Amino acid sequence: MSLQVDNLTVYYQTLRGDVQALEGATFSIADGEIMGLAGESGCGKSTLANSLIRLVPPMRLVRGQVRLDGEVLPIDDARRMSDYRFSRVSVIPQYAMNALNPTRKVGKMMAELLGSKGVDFAATIPELKRRLDLVELSHDVLKMYPIELSGGMKQRVVMVLSTLLNPSLLIADEITSALDVSTQKAVAEMLVGFRDRGFVKSLIVITHDISILYQIADTILIMYAGQLAEKAPTDVIIRAPRHPYTKLLIASLPEVGVRYAERRLSGIPGRPPLLLDPPAGCRFRERCSVAFEKCLEAPPFVELEPGHFVACWKELGEDVDG
Amino acid sequence: MRRYLGRKLLIYVLTFFLAVTIDWLIPRFMPGDPVQTMLSRASLHAEAVEVMHGYYTRAFGLDVPVWRQYLNFWVAIFHGDLGTSVYLFPQPVIKIIMRAVPYDVFLLLPAILLSWFAGNWFGAFAARNKWLDNTLLPLGYILTATPYMWLGILLAWLFGVVLGIFPIAGAYSFSMRPHLSWAFIGSVVKHWFLPFASIFLVKFGGWAIGMRNMIIYELEADYSHYLEALGAPRGLIRKYAFRNAILPQITGLSLDLGVIVAGALVTEVVFSYPGIGYLILQAIQNQDYFLIQGCFLFIIIGVLLANFAIDIAYVIVDPRTRLGMVGESA
Repeated sequence: MSLQVDNLTVYYQTLRGDVQALEGATFSIADGEIMGLAGESGCGKSTLANSLIRLVPPMRLVRGQVRLDGEVLPIDDARRMSDYRFSRVSVIPQYAMNALNPTRKVGKMMAELLGSKGVDFAATIPELKRRLDLVELSHDVLKMYPIELSGGMKQRVVMVLSTLLNPSLLIADEITSALDVSTQKAVAEMLVGFRDRGFVKSLIVITHDISILYQIADTILIMYAGQLAEKAPTDVIIRAPRHPYTKLLIASLPEVGVRYAERRLSGIPGRPPLLLDPPAGCRFRERCSVAFEKCLEAPPFVELEPGHFVACWKELGEDVDG
Repeated sequence: MRRYLGRKLLIYVLTFFLAVTIDWLIPRFMPGDPVQTMLSRASLHAEAVEVMHGYYTRAFGLDVPVWRQYLNFWVAIFHGDLGTSVYLFPQPVIKIIMRAVPYDVFLLLPAILLSWFAGNWFGAFAARNKWLDNTLLPLGYILTATPYMWLGILLAWLFGVVLGIFPIAGAYSFSMRPHLSWAFIGSVVKHWFLPFASIFLVKFGGWAIGMRNMIIYELEADYSHYLEALGAPRGLIRKYAFRNAILPQITGLSLDLGVIVAGALVTEVVFSYPGIGYLILQAIQNQDYFLIQGCFLFIIIGVLLANFAIDIAYVIVDPRTRLGMVGESA
């Protein structure tokens, strides 16, 4: 197991109280696994990802533990955590296109960053150039300023830089959201290539675009309102989901070859709850067609079949009579 | 590059032409007649006044039609001739201005540069220290909102009148004549201190606030967060933030430097400091067309030169301008 997350609970501190953005997340990622992390906006995907690398105020670690390759990550201690960042855990941020300092040449900025972490930049140049070739960037980008690069080029520069020290875990946060469809596919395949070549051991790919995950992810973790709903191999999530939310989410995706003039796309009625004061128990309860009394208690995230975790009382075999 | 500078130069030449034209027009819009004002002080006989009036009007070139005066004005400028002062007749304007400029440079150059360095350093420092941010920065807001003259008067009252440490008027002791001796230099420095301090303090507050806000903005920028996520040491992140935050401050500095020759009018008036600012007030009170024109001409040239210098400086410090230029000419 390269990553093990135990009961991770992270709140945002606000003047009106804690926003319970991530509640009791427990899951693991195997070596070489690409895990897709999906769910609607505000479901806690980015909170989960940020807590793994950059947990800063107003975020607050309430409880839980994260282990990477068997070692506990000091996620709530910024000073100690910075030794793990980049070399062990790395990120391709959502804002990859603005992630480079505008007044520094790309190569110089990399040299200064690596130098400040005690890495010999000169020695990494051959590997850096090999990786630039891999993402189809000319070596000249090192001598350019970020504004001389297109958005896609900047993103590829960030992809190369973030993975340069071969981290165990790479978090790719919404990296395809701002790209057109053909570029999306290329970027997604580059990520798989990075894994296959061993640049990164395992990957978390955050997106709300499940079709991208279908192409590259080994497993998919679905979140709803700050809680984990279901984790399973990609095929299982797409074809045989068991959590009511996953079922509705998958059903609301368009399918190739279907004409939606004839068959309306279904949505999920209702809205997710506010996380400032979320309802106790299963947070999907209000929108769920199969909810019953037991749902007033929070369901555990249980492995029903090997590799298939679900948090739903109905699936756990609890019945109305319970 | 050449095309960029060429275009800029053209804009500056046009601006210069318009500004100088306005400079020529403004004194002439003032009600009253400078020659009349000058003669009225001499309390002459009526006939004598008439004769003298005709003579001086010709001497100042005010007898020809207005359009002719305007042309003569331009011709004279290119000969380095700014006319003769009415108020300090018959001294040439250029000589009066040249006598005042060293005082301005001596007063403002240290005040502007020192406040810039100190303010930026302090602002950047305060941005990462909660205690300083909460205590001294409000003071910065008060300082920057303080009118120069009010602070000047306060300082003059406290250090000049109450404590009696510093003199409050003139550039050197009235009992002295300019000459090279330690006593005279001491007197100059003593007279310089209060006007300097009043300008320094107000500007310091402004720079510190500006820098503090810019640093906080830059530290919240995406590139700072990315560096943090990659575990970059704080020193590197702050260095980048400081370098990017300083860019707008450089613009501000250059604009300040541009008006050095304009002097600090209100401060100089408060302390009767004989710079251009003080001169402008005297010239306006005496309807001295030529002295007003001359002073403003110096300000125009100073501001334009400073702007031009900053255009060039920006090309060097900010790659975005440099590249924008290539894009324009392509």
